[in-house]
Amino acid sequence: MSVLNTTTAAALGLLTASAAFAQSRDQVQVAGSSTVLPYASIVAEVFGENSDFPTPVVQSGGSSAGLKQFCEGIGANTIDIANSSRAIREKEIAACAENGVSEIIEVRIGYDGIVFASQIDGPAFTAFEPAQIYMALAAELPVDGAMTSNPNMSWADVDAGLPGEDILALIPATNHGTREVFDEKVILAGCEASGAMEAILGINGGDHDAAEATCMTLRNDGASVEIQGDYTETLNRIDQNPTAIGVFGLAFYENNTDKLKVATMGGVAPATETIASGEYPVSRPLFFYIKKAHIGVIPGLMEYAQFFMADEIAGPGGPLAEYGLVPDPAIAETQAKIADAQTM
Amino acid sequence: MTEITTSLLTLDARTQKRNAAERRFRAYGLAAVLTGLLLLVILLVSVLSNGLGAFRQTFVTVDITLDRAQIEEAEAALVKTKIYRGFIEDNIAASLEAAGVTEANDASAAADLLSKDAAASLRDWARTRLESDGEKWSKSFDFLAAGRIDGYLKGRVTMESAALDSKVTPEQLQLADTLRDAGVLVVKFNTGFFTLPDASENQVEAAGLGVAILGSAYLMLIVLFLALPIGVAASIYLEEFAPKNRLTDLIEVNISNLAAVPSIVFGILGLAIFINFIGLPQSAPIVGGLVLTLMTLPTIIISTRAALKAVPPSIRDGALGVGASPMQTVFHHVLPLAAPGILTGTIIGLAQALGETAPLLLIGMVAFVREYPAGPPEGFFDPASALPVQVYNWTQRADPAFFERASGAIIVLLIFLAIMNITAVFLRRKFERRW
Repeated sequence: MSVLNTTTAAALGLLTASAAFAQSRDQVQVAGSSTVLPYASIVAEVFGENSDFPTPVVQSGGSSAGLKQFCEGIGANTIDIANSSRAIREKEIAACAENGVSEIIEVRIGYDGIVFASQIDGPAFTAFEPAQIYMALAAELPVDGAMTSNPNMSWADVDAGLPGEDILALIPATNHGTREVFDEKVILAGCEASGAMEAILGINGGDHDAAEATCMTLRNDGASVEIQGDYTETLNRIDQNPTAIGVFGLAFYENNTDKLKVATMGGVAPATETIASGEYPVSRPLFFYIKKAHIGVIPGLMEYAQFFMADEIAGPGGPLAEYGLVPDPAIAETQAKIADAQTM
Repeated sequence: MTEITTSLLTLDARTQKRNAAERRFRAYGLAAVLTGLLLLVILLVSVLSNGLGAFRQTFVTVDITLDRAQIEEAEAALVKTKIYRGFIEDNIAASLEAAGVTEANDASAAADLLSKDAAASLRDWARTRLESDGEKWSKSFDFLAAGRIDGYLKGRVTMESAALDSKVTPEQLQLADTLRDAGVLVVKFNTGFFTLPDASENQVEAAGLGVAILGSAYLMLIVLFLALPIGVAASIYLEEFAPKNRLTDLIEVNISNLAAVPSIVFGILGLAIFINFIGLPQSAPIVGGLVLTLMTLPTIIISTRAALKAVPPSIRDGALGVGASPMQTVFHHVLPLAAPGILTGTIIGLAQALGETAPLLLIGMVAFVREYPAGPPEGFFDPASALPVQVYNWTQRADPAFFERASGAIIVLLIFLAIMNITAVFLRRKFERRW
């Protein structure tokens, strides 16, 4: 029995010791969007190399998972910063406040483009319009005053100018923040541009919300495939399948330009300049959120945030822009906001 | 005279059928083994062909001379590594000339072949110089070459792919060729792969397994020191002392059940209890170790009980017969004889825990960690990564060079697993007693 006693004592000892350790933490903890992860890890690395603070720990797992973790409460065993590829939702702010996280500083890092790309040796998928993507991927299209299931089988059915390959689009699943942008800026925009929106409103008697929902319902007959994993999974599928088109972040595409060929959207090629000027239609801001209560408690938190948004890092020519981030023209406002710890 | 060429024994139809069935069965068994071996070979060949490159890395030799004023100027900037990069550019032309490269007079083009990590390692050195006496220092550095250049020397990047690639140009590859011929650019064994921490997308060439190996070692230590005593104590009690009744039956069923519970469930439990309730830190080996302990316990209990059961009752009876107490019987006679079995079970349980990723996902160990955890026991509470987690992390990165690193990490993990399993087999062979 002495063995048992010693182990129990040891286990209890470990747990009590841990309670003491849990009080302090000397590195910043970050979690959230897998789209922001490369940027956050680049900044964390350069921050560690250039300051006397330890390198922050960056977890990934998606915007929603990160914000949920962020809103769990205040204290050294909760994260300090949540990365997000979309703005925080009202519901999440309420959940945060319920757990005592009432003061949140929102930081807009810059912009990220979303591009459509296919295998470099594949058919000539070089130019798309949002309307074409909508016509190819919607579950139901309005035809002669009634909703019918999408009859388009090949891209040529959608538009005679496109290659005659069967439609196969690899789109991010709903666990990705990217999907929200895809739905709004491509599918919904395409729905309106193609005139389908008006037709749907005519059919359902003017219910705008229902019409939007109908627009954004995508077909599930195999022509559009939802990718749960990361862009690497989409890239693998495209490697296997020359006729597939995939949805990627601009930075990911720029790292794999030898394997992928990108398509223009609405006649505009995706590039840092066209996204910054707003000409390229499919882009979205990236954010991170700071717990104000942790500033001054967790060493290096304020410094990390300021370092992240410094001109040398997030500005044009910095390492983030080099990796594929489109710098925010209003970066000075964000810097001032962090310096004043201005909450939402 | 006719020669007898065949046996006189003629088989009847039934025997022939039985023999045929026998041969078929053996063929099936052999085919099954061969299929298994073939799959193993395919796996190993694909992992090795992708991953062996990670053990070699391209370095560029540059002589650097810095003086105190330069270092002080650089240390005053916000992004200090940027200034140090300038210093490398200033120094690289002289290094190249010394090596006999004259056509590469564009220093900035040559500096672009270097990893972004070069400036950081120069800064580390320069900072230590500031504390010493003297005004001017020189050192010959072996800087890492950029990922795409490294890929070119290993055959992953070609002139054709570079023409399409936005991260490297064919001109850079030509310059790399010149430098290689001059002996400035060399491919060497990559010790950094085992010692360096993870790196971001901007400097894939500097990514190593250092933190992951240390983190995995911490996890294994925690699992060993918690699961082995608890598991052995539980098995001895259940096997030798506990009365056989409904309660112990129930416990037995539960232990077998726990052994089959998906590991992610233990991760959810770990998040709920160890992090949210007890308040242990995120991403720390202590939480990972506790979760993996829960996962390994059933394995250890089941194998320990089997080892105890295998000790013949006559040994217990003999000990009890000469007056030993039940506890003396167990600790002096049964346990030593069961020890090889217990050890084997423990090592197999540890090997299983070493390769586990799913529960670590939920407790924040799937993270970008660049700081080495402190020595144990404080280090158990510092953030760390683990080997399988590092593999998972690297396969998700955009830069194709991370794929090579991920395969390299798989090789390292497989070697560790093989060592553990071979040790288990060896111990069993050496100490096993048969009655």
